[in-house]
Amino acid sequence: MTKTKINADLIKERSKCTFNITELTNLIDGGAHLTEERKKREEKVLKEGIHIDQVPSEYLSHKEKYELAIKKASLMFKLLRKWQEEENTGMENYRAVLGGALGSAILEDGSPLTLHYVMFIPTLMGQGTVEQQAYWIGRAFNVDIIGTYAQTELGHGTFVRGLETTATYDPKTKEFVLHSPSLTAYKWWPGGLAHTANYCIVMAQLYTAGKCHGIHAFIVQLRDEETHMPLPGIKVGEIGAKLGMNGTNNGFLGLEHVRIPREHMLMKNAKVLEDGTYVNSPSSKLTYGTMMFVRVVLVNDMCNYMAKAVTTATRYSAVRHQSQPKPDEPEPQILDYVTQQHKLFVGIASVHAFKLSANWLWNMYNNVTAELESGDMERLPELHALSCCLKAVSTADAAQCVERCRLACGGHGYMLSSNLPTSYGLVTAACTYEGENTVLLLQTARYLVKAWQQAAGASQLTPTVAYIRRVTSGRRAPPFDSSLAGLIDAFHTVAAGKIGLCVANIEKRQKEGLSYEDAWNMTSVQLTQASEAHCRAILLLTYHEQTEMQCKNASPELREVLSQLVDLYVVYWTLQCVGDLLRFTSISERDIERLQRWYEDLLSQLRPNAVGLVDAFDIRDEILHSALGAYDGRVYERLMEEALKSPLNAEPVNRSFHQYLKPLMQGKL
Amino acid sequence: MELSMSANEDLAKERARCDFNVSEITNILDGGIERTKQRKKIESIALSNGKCRDVTPEETLGPKERYENAIRKSCLYTKIVKDQVLTLTGLEVLGSNSSVLRRTADAFFKDISPFLLHLGMFVPTIMGQGTPEQQSYWLPRALDFQIIGTYAQTELGHGTFIRGLETTATYDPDTEEFVIHNPRLTSYKWWAGGLGKTSNYCIVVAQLYTQGKCYGIHPFIVQIRDEDTHVPLPGVRVGEIGPRMGFNTADNGFLGFDHYRIPRNHMLMKNSQVLKDGTYVKVASHSKLTYGTMVFVRVMLVNEVAFNLAKAATIAVRYSAVRRQSEKISGEPEPQILDYVTQQHKLFVCIATAHALQLSSNWLWKTFSAVLADMRGGNTENLPELHALSSCLKALSTSDSAALIEQCRLACGGHGYMLSSNLPLLYSFVTATRTYEGDYTVLLLQTARFLIKAWEQAESGKPVTPTVSYMEEAVVGNKYKWNGSAEGIIKAAYYVAAGKISSSVASIRKRMKNGKAFEDAWELTGVQLVAAAETHCRAVICDVYRKETVRLTANSSPNVKTVMDQLNMLYLSHWALERTGDLLRYTSTTEDDIISCQQRYEELLAAIRPNAVGLVDAFDFPDEILQSTLGAYDGRVYERLMEEALKSPLNAEPVNRSFHQYLKPLMQGKL
Repeated sequence: MTKTKINADLIKERSKCTFNITELTNLIDGGAHLTEERKKREEKVLKEGIHIDQVPSEYLSHKEKYELAIKKASLMFKLLRKWQEEENTGMENYRAVLGGALGSAILEDGSPLTLHYVMFIPTLMGQGTVEQQAYWIGRAFNVDIIGTYAQTELGHGTFVRGLETTATYDPKTKEFVLHSPSLTAYKWWPGGLAHTANYCIVMAQLYTAGKCHGIHAFIVQLRDEETHMPLPGIKVGEIGAKLGMNGTNNGFLGLEHVRIPREHMLMKNAKVLEDGTYVNSPSSKLTYGTMMFVRVVLVNDMCNYMAKAVTTATRYSAVRHQSQPKPDEPEPQILDYVTQQHKLFVGIASVHAFKLSANWLWNMYNNVTAELESGDMERLPELHALSCCLKAVSTADAAQCVERCRLACGGHGYMLSSNLPTSYGLVTAACTYEGENTVLLLQTARYLVKAWQQAAGASQLTPTVAYIRRVTSGRRAPPFDSSLAGLIDAFHTVAAGKIGLCVANIEKRQKEGLSYEDAWNMTSVQLTQASEAHCRAILLLTYHEQTEMQCKNASPELREVLSQLVDLYVVYWTLQCVGDLLRFTSISERDIERLQRWYEDLLSQLRPNAVGLVDAFDIRDEILHSALGAYDGRVYERLMEEALKSPLNAEPVNRSFHQYLKPLMQGKL
Repeated sequence: MELSMSANEDLAKERARCDFNVSEITNILDGGIERTKQRKKIESIALSNGKCRDVTPEETLGPKERYENAIRKSCLYTKIVKDQVLTLTGLEVLGSNSSVLRRTADAFFKDISPFLLHLGMFVPTIMGQGTPEQQSYWLPRALDFQIIGTYAQTELGHGTFIRGLETTATYDPDTEEFVIHNPRLTSYKWWAGGLGKTSNYCIVVAQLYTQGKCYGIHPFIVQIRDEDTHVPLPGVRVGEIGPRMGFNTADNGFLGFDHYRIPRNHMLMKNSQVLKDGTYVKVASHSKLTYGTMVFVRVMLVNEVAFNLAKAATIAVRYSAVRRQSEKISGEPEPQILDYVTQQHKLFVCIATAHALQLSSNWLWKTFSAVLADMRGGNTENLPELHALSSCLKALSTSDSAALIEQCRLACGGHGYMLSSNLPLLYSFVTATRTYEGDYTVLLLQTARFLIKAWEQAESGKPVTPTVSYMEEAVVGNKYKWNGSAEGIIKAAYYVAAGKISSSVASIRKRMKNGKAFEDAWELTGVQLVAAAETHCRAVICDVYRKETVRLTANSSPNVKTVMDQLNMLYLSHWALERTGDLLRYTSTTEDDIISCQQRYEELLAAIRPNAVGLVDAFDFPDEILQSTLGAYDGRVYERLMEEALKSPLNAEPVNRSFHQYLKPLMQGKL
């Protein structure tokens, strides 16, 4: 039933491609040498075979999934430790192998050791004193201990100040007493917390000398290093099955008057002295760095998942044939349907748009932190506002993109062997963790409203919000310019218009007697929309500008297809937001009709290069992990091969027939 | 750890401030107080014995154990239905009561029963397509569960395009048998529920060949497993297709035949026959009669997704009343998250949509019954309209419900991601309905075909059918002037639909003028056509929801009238604001109109807020059916989350064996 050649349709698609695929791959990786490095690393990891499962993990029980995840994660860490000894590249190797694409090839539904290197070690580095770092980091790096990071509680997430766990200093014994005063105070969610980690950074309200000093970080030992038994006073376990990330061993933690030495408080920024005196942190802005880093990593992660999803869906759409638009002609590839192109091509563009925007933000942040050394913190709030809305919009768009790709694969996208449902599970989780999206959009909105007021008050505006002045200055809207630059400009006008409306609404409601907070809350639906409009404007502009820069030395063929993608992205969003453009710019019905036509033409122009464009993401089959998306396009064969691995298929008759079905059918149940 | 057993105080407060009679709305949604009573009676029979409860949460089992557990519960549930519920309602009303059965089944199956297609497709197909003799032979056995059947149409390589199916049934007059065969891998049947390990019979849809000629697809009853041993019969290759995003206890299977012979009378012959000598005889116009089952299934689907959306809304609204977060005003206690307008924006439209879809489903059912009566009298004139209507309603209701259930899940933050919230399962269940029984895009394009034809008729002054009568006025080309009333918004929605249809027609004509064939011009305009069909359907839903609300609350108490009207207005303003672009393009709506609509919308959110919990209570879900730690009536959210967590088999031991096998050796450098 199986053949081992490449699907004929995919061969045809690849021969039609007008540009050099490797050139694009190199561009995406940031240079040929980086592509080569990535490929080498992938080869090195995958040849170990850790990723190969005898029984696919989706056939296992929840418990068996965890055990498999521990096995694979342990073998991975062993490998990493070996490399660390050989090459000593530090966090670089960890990040490359465990994070992003390659990590997901080995542990497709999350790793119980992720937070060890994503949160435990970085927090030690960021918030520990030099002595503390010397003591802990070596052990953590060497995986002599395994840690995690516990902040969120059963009853408290977004509002960090509301956490209930307490750490009360006892000067007599020079210890902190950690305690969970109620069920809602239980830590809930941290990956690896349930049965894996033996240490944990616990965020708790610090009390000393009878006063609360807010949230601080403490290192708490959870389990005996030898027996792994939970220590006295530690209530720890797992939180149960989830939509996705079922390999991550998310746990709960309750502390019953657990005592830890004073030195287990991380004291780089704030200290409690032996006598209980609290010494304050030099600057609260120092934690921006970690947050910015995590968000940029997150946006890049989103790009990886989107790239996987569009690769799978595009290849499948080239292989799948369906219906007969014209009598007596063969069934066309579904990729030939404009409605299908409409679902997929904007996804390809989104990968590029978000990747370039994340890089742009990261570079800007690094430039700004250089200024920071000289004490200039002026642009930090601006960058913070940007990172908030970019995280919110990128995770929401990525979830939508992955889900749209899944639906575009019809029923087969619903099979776990397509890997699309699992990807969705991972991506949609990002919409609520690391800052819930609505909350983040409202944070950006606060910045935008402030910027509006500054503009009105004629003070200097930071670069990414400078466009606001155009509207506050009351200049008349120019005639509509439907060039690419004109459209991007129009998005800025829309954003400014929406911010202006919000400000007017808040002021109106205040005048009617509401407090500022209530007026803000009443206007918050519009505020999130203004924030999103701001982010869209920035995204379009950045994608356009960065592509121009990126393409400076590219071949004309590649430049053409990349600029088609930018056009597609901008026109797509213009048509999506046509109501906003009609409200805030001078766009006309004829402009809209022309844009619709332009959009449809772009879909046709991109059609022959679609498979080439996803091939250029250069995702190995092991990483893609999809019966529908493999490079060779053996879609139906792989679906059947995967089905035959089901333990249910190992026996012709399941025992439940004898136990229940037969008695039922014979009326004897 | 001591877990409190007392009910949540915030919910008690919410219920105290609800200003309408909750059971009055329950009765409206059920279709009358008598139906509410009967539903509750059935629920109490099915749920009172406690057999629906799992000791170990289903989601912690492996797929095989889950299947076995599902078979166990399916058998128990079937026995309850057979022995007790059927005596209560009688078989003849099984159809109209199946939504009630669905409700109780949800208490047994978090996911889905492998028996679903037995009563859902196997029995109805025999009823619809079997001759009287065939019915009298098969139906008693099927209804008594002496045999269990399913329905296999979709193949690995073929779904939407039914004419492209590859399975063949070739008549052999020598033995008076059909030979069923799958010529290649892509022709394997794939997806049918209950097919993998459960059913011993199956209706197989195959290309009929007789006397050397192909007559297209026909249904055949095929025995696939021995009735006694359950072993697949020789020439039958059957198994399960592997894990899916949801439906993981549905036992979806694959099926292939190797020159497998069945008797001639196993072809269902009500509509067409193959005589002993192989002569093909057409008895009735095939295509029109099968519309019946299809429309019926779609009505059920709309009802079902409305029901599931109502569950999600119940869970998210109750959780939002219990959950407190942040400090709106410095120094004040953390407010309930239901007090945030952004949260109300996410949730209240879900309540309204659940109403809109359920009322639309009821209305579609009535329309369908009328058309069916016409058809019996030989009048098939209204069939195309009904088909167009059911297509777009199925598409929109499934996609709206899926999107809104996901919105409810995300509105519950991280806790919505827990399977114990039941929200992920609800989503995986409903999102599947977007692609099965007609894919979203394909169905909207079918409706678009009807709309384009209707538009051309309206243009040439010919009469059009009721649901597109708005075209007669719109075709004149005047722009509708916005007024903020419900009727005004609905009219504007119809004008938008007309505008989009007209634009699509213009696009197609322009392309044909430029030399394209009609099919190509149609294809290139596909994105616009889908959008046009969607706006048409949205206008119909808005219209039906409004009219049905007014009709059903005509004799209601004033407060019920008010809150139902608020919900309806919320739905209308929500969609107006979502589609400002369309309104600005195709009606003479102004910026001021939009701003006042936005303000109205925000006022409605505030007005509905005190009644939010009452409104979801009115859906009247027993906790057993809701199956959610976040949504239970008593609001013991955190206690239930912890209780469920503690049931995880991983928590039965303090140290998992993988510590000794891998973690410890790793940490000690000995791995």
